[in-house]
Amino acid sequence: MENIQRQFEQVFGTDWGSMLFLLTSNLVLIFAIVIPLLLCVAYLTFAERKIIAYMQIRVGPNRVTFFGIPWLRGWGQPIADAVKAIMKEIVIPSGANKSLFVLAPILTIMPALAAWAVIPFSPELVLADINAGLLYILAMTSMGIYGIIIAGWASNSKYAFLGAMRSAAQVVSYELAMGFALVCVLMMSQSLNIGDIVNGQQGNSFLNWYLIPLFPMFLVYLISGVAETNRAPFDVAEGESEIVAGFHVDYSGMAFTVFFLAEYSNMILVAALTSIMFLGGWLPPLDIAPFTLIPGFIWLLLKIAFILFFFLWFRATFPRYRYDQIMRLGWKVFIPITLVWIVLLGLIMQLPESIRNLPLLNIWF
Amino acid sequence: MSFQDVIFYIFSGILIASALGVITVRNPVYSALLLVLAFITCAGLWLLLEAEFLAIVLVLVYVGAVMVLFLFVVMMLDINLDRLREGFWKWFPFGALIAVIMVGEMSMVLMGKYFGVEEMPTPAPHDVDYSNTRELGRLIYTEYVYAFELAAVLLLVAMVAAIALTLRHREDKKSPNPSKQIQVKKEDRLRIVAIPAEKNEQ
Repeated sequence: MENIQRQFEQVFGTDWGSMLFLLTSNLVLIFAIVIPLLLCVAYLTFAERKIIAYMQIRVGPNRVTFFGIPWLRGWGQPIADAVKAIMKEIVIPSGANKSLFVLAPILTIMPALAAWAVIPFSPELVLADINAGLLYILAMTSMGIYGIIIAGWASNSKYAFLGAMRSAAQVVSYELAMGFALVCVLMMSQSLNIGDIVNGQQGNSFLNWYLIPLFPMFLVYLISGVAETNRAPFDVAEGESEIVAGFHVDYSGMAFTVFFLAEYSNMILVAALTSIMFLGGWLPPLDIAPFTLIPGFIWLLLKIAFILFFFLWFRATFPRYRYDQIMRLGWKVFIPITLVWIVLLGLIMQLPESIRNLPLLNIWF
Repeated sequence: MSFQDVIFYIFSGILIASALGVITVRNPVYSALLLVLAFITCAGLWLLLEAEFLAIVLVLVYVGAVMVLFLFVVMMLDINLDRLREGFWKWFPFGALIAVIMVGEMSMVLMGKYFGVEEMPTPAPHDVDYSNTRELGRLIYTEYVYAFELAAVLLLVAMVAAIALTLRHREDKKSPNPSKQIQVKKEDRLRIVAIPAEKNEQ
């Protein structure tokens, strides 16, 4: 790496060379994150169909295979779906605002991918180790809503607009609860850096994870995450039984697929954040031999998969919420719970040293 | 020209163009979106000044929350552009006066040395592990705690006032009460009536 940097500096001068080297190396690293992520998205859709199928005593996709290998039946399905989506025509409705109609899916997927920049996969493996990582993630996830609003407006259709309005109100409401839950996490870790948040959960066992002292916050965060990604049972923005398909009713082909990709990569992002904030990120559950031998990267992936399973399980289990119930849950249940927990946590952290050193409390405070 | 200068000029170019766009485009939705672009490029400029907390909070608060609601309202309203343009020449002298005052103030700041104002020295660059957020938090909660709490109370008053102005209790409104719905018992709703079976007379 240093040799390449020196060559860059020789060709472009010291200042420009090092900056251009930074730019190109970061571009390569971005591809190294985004391409596996999109593959994960593809296979998450497959996992979703399979898991929900088995929960409903069906088989799910079982036809498309690779090279006719029988035990891979169904595994080619996401690839086939992607090819189908690429081949389809993108229809732009005649009454639509063309430029914004095309811009909307791009605006949806951009923040969903950009937030991955600060996610640490292991102690060293992180693209941007910035101090205000948690704030950056909050800022990026809050921008995802623009694509949905613009899609709803630019389609020039009542159904799409209703979906966009529902989604906007819902996301803004749940962002507050989500932010307050994260405030609890950063009170515990005393840092906004995501690597430091994981390191703050280091200890002998899973008892040190923030899951235990912040269990209500874990639930609030996970449920708000489901609501933020517009997933069932909070998928009123799509609501196919009442407003057809909500904000993306007029989209087809690749333009629709981009919305789809953004939704699933947001799901993976929320799962990754939940595992980092509450389940100890790359840390093994017990700090003894068989667990510590497995690399941290694998532990993180396992935790992400575990949380993603919850997303799919929710979808297979719960009926869709009524809209006023969604608002009630967000404003009247989650926000008061998080506010009370923040005050409680602050009080515990300000207790005298002798009380905080009591058994159980001394694990976390 | 160094790499940072190039980035600075790109960002400022986009910022000025989008800010001009906000007040010149005819479509109010475009105008709101251009304002979002202006905020984001402005955050980029602040990042160049190492003000990472302010930059990210600008995106989080203004782009992520305020402008979403703004866009929401702009999209819902049926705005008649001709009626908005009606009083342009009537209000033009007033607007021009405000513009002149603003230009005067800005030029006094920018050309400080001609007006006897000391120029601010360039802030010293900090280490990589310098946390701007922690420093800001420390100042807000120690030195400027009264000013900060005053601002917070002001916002709270505005919020309570907005709710008080819009909250109306209508007597004829029908809405479900979830706790009553849950507490309902079989005896409240269901009445079992014994009806003698009809005899089949043949």
